[in-house]
Amino acid sequence: MTDPLLSVRNLRVTFATRQGEFQAVRGVGFDLGRERLGVVGESGSGKSMTGRAILGLVRPPGRVTADRMELEGQSILNLSERKMRRIRGSRISMVMQDPKFSLNPVMTIGDQIIEAYRLHAGGAKGQARQKALDMLAAVQIREPERVMAAYPHEMSGGMGQRIMIAMMLAPDPEILIADEPTSALDVSVRTEVLNILDRLVRDRGMGLIFISHDLNLVAQFCDRVLIMYAGRIVETLSARTLHEARHPYTQGLLNSLPRLDAPVDRLPVLPRQDSWRDGGPVGESLETDLPGGL
Amino acid sequence: MLTVENLDVWFGFPPDRVDAVRSADFSVAQGESFGLVGESGSGKSTILRAIAGLIDSWSGRIEVAGRSVTGDRRDRAFYKTVQMVFQDPYASLHPRHSVDAVLSEALRLQGMDDIDNRIQRLLDDVGLGRGFRFRYPHQLSGGQRQRVAIARALAGEPRLLLLDEPTSALDVSVQAEILNLLADLRAEHRLTYLMVSHDLAVVGHMCDRLAVMQHGRIVEVMTVDALRQGAARQDYTRHLIHASAGYERV
Amino acid sequence: MSVTGMTRREWLLSDAPLTRRQARLGALYQGWLTFRANKLAMFGLVILILLIGMAILAPWIAPQSPFAQNLAGRLAPPSAEHWLGTDALGRDILSRLIHGSRITLFIVGTVALIAPIIGLFIGTVAGFAGGWIDQVLMRITDIFLAFPKLILALAFVAALGPSIGNAVLALALTAWPPYARLARAETLTVRNADFIAAARLQGAGPMRLLVRHIWPLCISSLIVRVALDMAGIILSAAGLGFLGLGAQPPMPEWGAMISDGRAYILDFWWVAAMPGLAIFIVSLAFNLLGDGLRDVLDPKGDKS
Repeated sequence: MTDPLLSVRNLRVTFATRQGEFQAVRGVGFDLGRERLGVVGESGSGKSMTGRAILGLVRPPGRVTADRMELEGQSILNLSERKMRRIRGSRISMVMQDPKFSLNPVMTIGDQIIEAYRLHAGGAKGQARQKALDMLAAVQIREPERVMAAYPHEMSGGMGQRIMIAMMLAPDPEILIADEPTSALDVSVRTEVLNILDRLVRDRGMGLIFISHDLNLVAQFCDRVLIMYAGRIVETLSARTLHEARHPYTQGLLNSLPRLDAPVDRLPVLPRQDSWRDGGPVGESLETDLPGGL
Repeated sequence: MLTVENLDVWFGFPPDRVDAVRSADFSVAQGESFGLVGESGSGKSTILRAIAGLIDSWSGRIEVAGRSVTGDRRDRAFYKTVQMVFQDPYASLHPRHSVDAVLSEALRLQGMDDIDNRIQRLLDDVGLGRGFRFRYPHQLSGGQRQRVAIARALAGEPRLLLLDEPTSALDVSVQAEILNLLADLRAEHRLTYLMVSHDLAVVGHMCDRLAVMQHGRIVEVMTVDALRQGAARQDYTRHLIHASAGYERV
Repeated sequence: MSVTGMTRREWLLSDAPLTRRQARLGALYQGWLTFRANKLAMFGLVILILLIGMAILAPWIAPQSPFAQNLAGRLAPPSAEHWLGTDALGRDILSRLIHGSRITLFIVGTVALIAPIIGLFIGTVAGFAGGWIDQVLMRITDIFLAFPKLILALAFVAALGPSIGNAVLALALTAWPPYARLARAETLTVRNADFIAAARLQGAGPMRLLVRHIWPLCISSLIVRVALDMAGIILSAAGLGFLGLGAQPPMPEWGAMISDGRAYILDFWWVAAMPGLAIFIVSLAFNLLGDGLRDVLDPKGDKS
């Protein structure tokens, strides 16, 4: 059996506050293969913090500890900023929620992608330019030449997000962490962006961590889903069996969504229980079924 | 209760004028719950703001409870009839006003007496206990803030509530609670709702009828039953319904 | 008031205050805790409290009268009898500094009261009203900003006649434009906020929106700015005093004292250095205080 791409055990992110220590992530562990892994939870569940911790983006006073955090067998826990920068972008990339805040407003899109690429891969400018054009074509931008010369404010939200993905993909990362990549987008644009991500995972054999609050979307898009509550994984299941979820929190989340095809008078509300905060996760093991690829 | 005829709303002046809403027509009956659905930039929130008097650059006719309104001037009677709940509960509460200050100011402005008891009743109405009365917004969760915003809107006992994406900034489990609360309040106070949302399922749950908007125009007005049965006549509506159903791998 | 089993600290830090008083005190206590965590700011606060105590108790703690001349003992160096030495007329410098703290506090207090209020009013009205009112008010502000502060103050004093009262007035009238700009900028960021729209929908008029909703959000940044500007105001007041346009002799104003010592600065350094040191310490204290207040009042620092 080959090693998983990414292996995390007992990941904790701790913040010191006036009221004592606060753990945003409390002992999260999972393996990621060449698959689409969904991480679902409500605000404050620690799902975004998990993604940031993997990339070494937790700023002091936040502290990251883990029993294991390995990228293809090599530890990436608390690396120096210089070493981390070499991994970030070239081997693990991240797409944020809102492209508006992730792009530099005073640089053309072409320059930004070229710069991002050369930062990691080096190489001549002409070669980087060709790579940028290829990337824009890969995210289905019809007129890559025109877009290269444009500034971010001239782009719509969906375009911006595609450009972000293109930029993140230029150095051919092995893992892409997408933090709510479609939450700021309209539903019709959302499908296109998801199609692009989907194709990239399949064609390039990338590992994708898809962080979202939208349980149904994740279930439809991903292979495996981790459900987080209060900084812990409460349930892991394969996406196909989502509707057989056993943890009351997962069930509650599913039920509280209004549905067009099944009208109800009152939506069931989610009674939160303190016992969910502790106790082991329900469901399959942490290991991926697909370490080698789909 | 509410009639909107031939409404145009624009921003800026030529040549930079942007037409946000173009000849919108719809009416909402007393006691009805009407939804405006569309993607970002379709002009659905702009219609609400024009009705509320937060935008003055519009033309056409807006009639609320049998009285026409003009520009951005509204009289006291209007504010007693119409209130609004905003999208982002983090932006719609003054960061330095406690719940008590927010509600007592609203009650006083609406010319209410017996303020102390009314605050208690408003808090009970929206499912917040007395323990919340003296908290500041930063001591409240998103759902609790939205409850305070709803309580503020109810202070003057309005008849028409304009709901601008009231749950889109909230987690789904909190969304369920707020939607239930809104449904209860509507039954209890016999309110009329005009609700804006990008989420077809939310509108389907809350409303009786809806208008689908695209690029500032109303594409289609239909009942929610027709929506459920897939009886949409316009391509855009069908496309929206399909996309909202989730993701299908191609 | 406090429930049994609850310490006063828990009562104050409670997330669910039961009365208006508890909520207010709790907010104040939170601020105090943040402020206290800043050691330098606490140092500044202590110095300022000492300064205020000194000003109040001046007649009792000053070893001598600030006006008592002793020409025989003029320009004496610091000694056991005159801790900080004597000036050209043989007056005890320490006593003059202690009495001078009253004048300094008077200047600082008055300017700190007048200038930000003018600025707050003009800035928020301009920002909130917009249109031609904004244009007119801001151009007036620009005109004031176009002249160096001290030059403008000099012109005012020259017109009004040199006296400590006129100096204060001149300083206040030249210090408000930056506050107006700041208040206008703050107003512009909150003017279109949803909570303003919500208050407007309740039927709140422009005056109420301005006073109850916009001012509370501008005041905190103004307070910080005033505390940081204090040092500059003290120096300007000293500058006017130094030029002989502020406090008139024999008043023990610190700037005027430096001016007096200027003639002897090479041979009798303490005459000018002691009031200079006093100005330096008080300016520093205000700066540190302003820094601490920024920690407490800056809304961006609230998030935790």
